[in-house]
Amino acid sequence: MKETPEAYDYWAYENRPKITWPNGARLAFWVAPNIEYYEIDPPANPHRKPWPTPHPSVPGFGIRDYGNRVGHMRQMALLDKYGVRGSVSLSTALCDHHPEIIAAARERSWEFFSHGVYNTRYTYGLSEAQERAMIRETVEAIHRHTGQACAGYLAPALSHSEHTLDLFAEVGREMFGDQGGLYTCDLFHDDQPTPVRTRSGLRFVSVPYSLEMNDTIVYAVNKVEPRHYARMLKRCFDRLYAEGAESGTVMCIPTHNYQISCPHRIKAFEEALEYITGHSGVWVATGREIAQHYLAHHYDAARADIETKKQAAEA
Amino acid sequence: MALDDDYLATPKRRYGYDHDRYDWSMLTDRPGVRWPGDKPLAVWINVSVQFYPLNQRGEPFKVPNGMTMPYPDLRHFTLRDYGNRVGIHRVLQALERAAMRPTFAVSGRLAETTPALIRRLTQADGEIIAHGWTMDDLHTGALDRAAEAALIRRTLETLREATGGAVRGWLSPARHQSWNTPDLLAEAGVEYCADWVNDDMPYPMTTDAGPLISLPLSTEIEDQFVMGQNLHSEDSWVQQVTDAFDYLLAEAREQGGRLFALSLHPWMIGQPHRIACLEAVLQHIALHREEVWQAPAGEILDAFRSASEPGAGAADA
Repeated sequence: MKETPEAYDYWAYENRPKITWPNGARLAFWVAPNIEYYEIDPPANPHRKPWPTPHPSVPGFGIRDYGNRVGHMRQMALLDKYGVRGSVSLSTALCDHHPEIIAAARERSWEFFSHGVYNTRYTYGLSEAQERAMIRETVEAIHRHTGQACAGYLAPALSHSEHTLDLFAEVGREMFGDQGGLYTCDLFHDDQPTPVRTRSGLRFVSVPYSLEMNDTIVYAVNKVEPRHYARMLKRCFDRLYAEGAESGTVMCIPTHNYQISCPHRIKAFEEALEYITGHSGVWVATGREIAQHYLAHHYDAARADIETKKQAAEA
Repeated sequence: MALDDDYLATPKRRYGYDHDRYDWSMLTDRPGVRWPGDKPLAVWINVSVQFYPLNQRGEPFKVPNGMTMPYPDLRHFTLRDYGNRVGIHRVLQALERAAMRPTFAVSGRLAETTPALIRRLTQADGEIIAHGWTMDDLHTGALDRAAEAALIRRTLETLREATGGAVRGWLSPARHQSWNTPDLLAEAGVEYCADWVNDDMPYPMTTDAGPLISLPLSTEIEDQFVMGQNLHSEDSWVQQVTDAFDYLLAEAREQGGRLFALSLHPWMIGQPHRIACLEAVLQHIALHREEVWQAPAGEILDAFRSASEPGAGAADA
């Protein structure tokens, strides 16, 4: 085991090269709906238990199924209304189970990125070859079902190995050249995109997702009241928008439609969407668009700045 | 050592679900139904009347809201018993004043230990359904089929005898089921169960013993979930329940019938400092009376069945 992930260098938030977004926007805003399938009877993994009670764990399965039966269409209507294209964090087996949801997202030109096969299959305990095969299978499934070259990865149920980021970057690049394997959502160390070091030296970045604004963390872990979540989202936006006047920032709202699209919560989400998209300096984007813009315009300067500061610190 | 490659196998990856209990469909893809009187929204008010035994076994898990302290946990036993002695009367009064017709989900054992309570419930203009034998008798994969069948039979027989009614519906303790529960319920003559909270409308389930309808009883706006598990304030509960009601009513107007299911626990909402919050919620619902059909769960089931029959005049959403 390593003391740190070794995926990035220390790089202070102040005095970085300025990030500019298209049309002079201050903040890149993206919404990442997690479209997931939790198996009712997943195989045991010695490192993590998928359900808290004997299978079928009906309460947990039921509410997640609510997201698929009811929630996604509610959120799609809302994102349509505010001109947001979702960046789907996808359990790729859902393409087989519930293709209607994939079709609805495709019609809207949403982006799909890999979130593993099932959210009840963990990376823990996989060999490097097994993990590579699992990642490759998900990238292939996205291409087969949507025609897209998968650009991003969020490990299933946030279960990682030491090789997760390396493997995803390699698989994406092998399959799609510079169109695939561009970014990870697994790192929560920054409010701006940052270069990520991979063992093969590929140009690869972290696009800020967010656990602090993630509805499941907010509602199921931190037990926040719905109307307060709306205030949290607005405060988060206000600060990142203000800071974005100096150098572009990123705000993501990661969602789960068994949380955010429940009838007692959806109003809070809409309030935040209306507020955020009502600001002129917002670039409403997808994960891929943010990653590509950063790679094309800011990645090299960032790498050089990180290197210079590292050398200065070591001198 | 790495996991066996079997861990990566996905034999149930197919269209629909990885189980055969009910069919996959999205709510928006189903024909819109209208409730009696051409109302868009059905309102189901469930009151869970529960028995949490002091000698809780807690197998295979401790039921939420049950005993947590070393035996004898007088604190939690009496806090829950409060609901059956005191809280229930405040809840009944609030419902009667608001002219709401409740559904009572009752632990079977209460029919033996507190027959006066059951008699009082039968006097209300509502329906009684089964809520398991006690809150400690959990329906899980740890229970063998015969033992579960006996548990279900005992619960239904006891409640049917005590109420003189059919007892058509079922709510499992903690909404937990085994692989067999729906089959055994249908076998015992139960027509609907409330445990699968995956929809805002009823839908049919498949069992070995014929049809069973799932009537999803929302957990997310339940009093014990919001105030007890999430520790939100009473005022926030009112806000959340009325927000949910307003949203579902608006969606029902546009897309076709919806079911608003509110579940209550007299030991929680029947406390003196909380009961006014229930009254506020009921008042909010009453403001929309002309768009709401409020009925016990069995009548909601009947209306759903007749609205779902081919040629029932269900308007497409």
